Amino acid sequence: MRRFLLRRLAAIPLTLLAVSVLIFTATELIPGDVARTILGREAGDAAVARLRAELGLDRPIMTRYFGWLRGFVTGQWGDSTLLRVPVRDLVLTRLGDSLILGALAFALLVPVALTLGLVAGVNHDRPADRIISVAGLTLGAIPEFVTGVILLVVFAVRLRWFPASAQAPDGASPLTRLGHLLLPALSLVLLCTGYVARHVRASTVNAVESPYAQAIELRGFTRGQVVRRHVLRNSTIPATSALGVQLQFLLGGLVAVELLYNYPGVGALLLRSAVEKDLPTLQATAMVLGVLYMLIVLAADLAYRLLDPRVRLGAGAS
Amino acid sequence: MSAATVLAPRRATRPRVPVALAAGTAIVAAWVVVALFWPHLAPYDPELQDPLHRFAAPGAGHWLGTDQFGRDTFSRMLAGARPVLLVAPPATALAVVAGTLVGLVAGSRGGLADEIVMRVLDALVVFPAIIAAVLFVALAGRSVTVLVLVIAGSFVPIVARSVRAATLVERERSYVEAARLRGEPSWSLMVREIFPNVVTTVLVEATSRFGDAIFAAATLSFLGLGQPPGSPDWGASVSDNRLWLQLAPWTVLAPALAIASLVVGVALAADSLRGRWEAS
Repeated sequence: MRRFLLRRLAAIPLTLLAVSVLIFTATELIPGDVARTILGREAGDAAVARLRAELGLDRPIMTRYFGWLRGFVTGQWGDSTLLRVPVRDLVLTRLGDSLILGALAFALLVPVALTLGLVAGVNHDRPADRIISVAGLTLGAIPEFVTGVILLVVFAVRLRWFPASAQAPDGASPLTRLGHLLLPALSLVLLCTGYVARHVRASTVNAVESPYAQAIELRGFTRGQVVRRHVLRNSTIPATSALGVQLQFLLGGLVAVELLYNYPGVGALLLRSAVEKDLPTLQATAMVLGVLYMLIVLAADLAYRLLDPRVRLGAGAS
Repeated sequence: MSAATVLAPRRATRPRVPVALAAGTAIVAAWVVVALFWPHLAPYDPELQDPLHRFAAPGAGHWLGTDQFGRDTFSRMLAGARPVLLVAPPATALAVVAGTLVGLVAGSRGGLADEIVMRVLDALVVFPAIIAAVLFVALAGRSVTVLVLVIAGSFVPIVARSVRAATLVERERSYVEAARLRGEPSWSLMVREIFPNVVTTVLVEATSRFGDAIFAAATLSFLGLGQPPGSPDWGASVSDNRLWLQLAPWTVLAPALAIASLVVGVALAADSLRGRWEAS
């Protein structure tokens, strides 16, 4: 276990280094002169050259890469060329907002997916199972912005139960904020539920039909008792890796959902800084998202190992 | 087969009625027909602006109403099938061919080459596809080719990993050993012996990735990273019309439901095909 953790932790900086090279080269190659973009078409060549020197754009690419990397590691992320504010504050504030939305979606996803998966697994091959499986399959195939738009039309335009924007007015109570976030979170949940429920269902079917569960049932315990006391743990733990996978999807889905619901999160920031060629912001946002991805993958692996005693205690498992 | 499945009481295995397969295939086939022949099917020119009938509600003249420029929503929905189906199939084909090749070579060769390829693929899988897509489109501009490459590129590691896993299993089988002993060269082992036995995996990957490719193409188009502006792309239509959501919800619902029906059709067909292939 310790070896596994050390190996994974050691791999993170290496992967991030590769990611940083990728991000830096990609953003460097984006066509269009940054100084020209900032100053506009009418600016003189001398002014452009001065700004290029000021931004350090005239230095060789390796110098700039290491300068940028050192800056990123030490927390000096520069200023946004578009909004003229420090990138770090901007990205971290947006990240906080995104994490709130993501956390709400995750908090809804776990109980819903576990319950549906358990119900489907216990009712293996009966109508309830078929309905849940087909619904999960279809909803999981539909992009989140599509379900999001349908939710908006039904619940915000027709029924007027929820606001159409995810952003609550300043000074709104936490409950109001929650109301604003519910539809965007729901469109993320609908996308991910099917996949997780499918995993829970598969391991529930295995557990219910296993000899030990059959033996307990033959001894006169009801299905419900068997499921509560014995099946539950065996069917939910394997689902943690599925949850990890979906957490990554959730993070990717944030970009589309934030755009649809006008939510000022880190996904919307990534998109906007790419479109507007705001390079410092784009680089920092991409790096922060990369770090977040890697932490999620690690956390999911770790959770699985900690929860499952067979893996936890298994010798040489890595 | 595990002990659990052997000891479990056998359920009467009902022959799977391929309703899902039939329904899914019918939906996909219908959209393919629309993509090919929409100019003959659409009641209006999808680009025709009619300033006197902006935001017309669905009715006799315009079945699904009109948008902010008075363009016919139904005609635009039909025309939108083509851009998606122009991107998803080639992207899937490219990803499956490249991924199969990488997985087959890495799996059947083994050793250091395999180790290096797998480490690179691991790193690529971890790299969030959406960031890569945003960066690449910002870099290379918006075009069908860029879309196909971005989508194919993000799927190659996924395909390669499953094909490699299947190849590793086959490599240890005795028929491969026998072929090796009778002196077959390694390329022949790979192509003639192992490949025919991992075809199921390749087919399963192809159907799953096709659904994902449509998903990705629609999402990128919604994000403004799809085909050049002006195309009646479904994703872009949802994005353009969402400003008028309160006033003219049909302009968003039509392309949204079109996307939903196509991806659900693919998912239903793919899922039942997967079940059949894996059972055989």
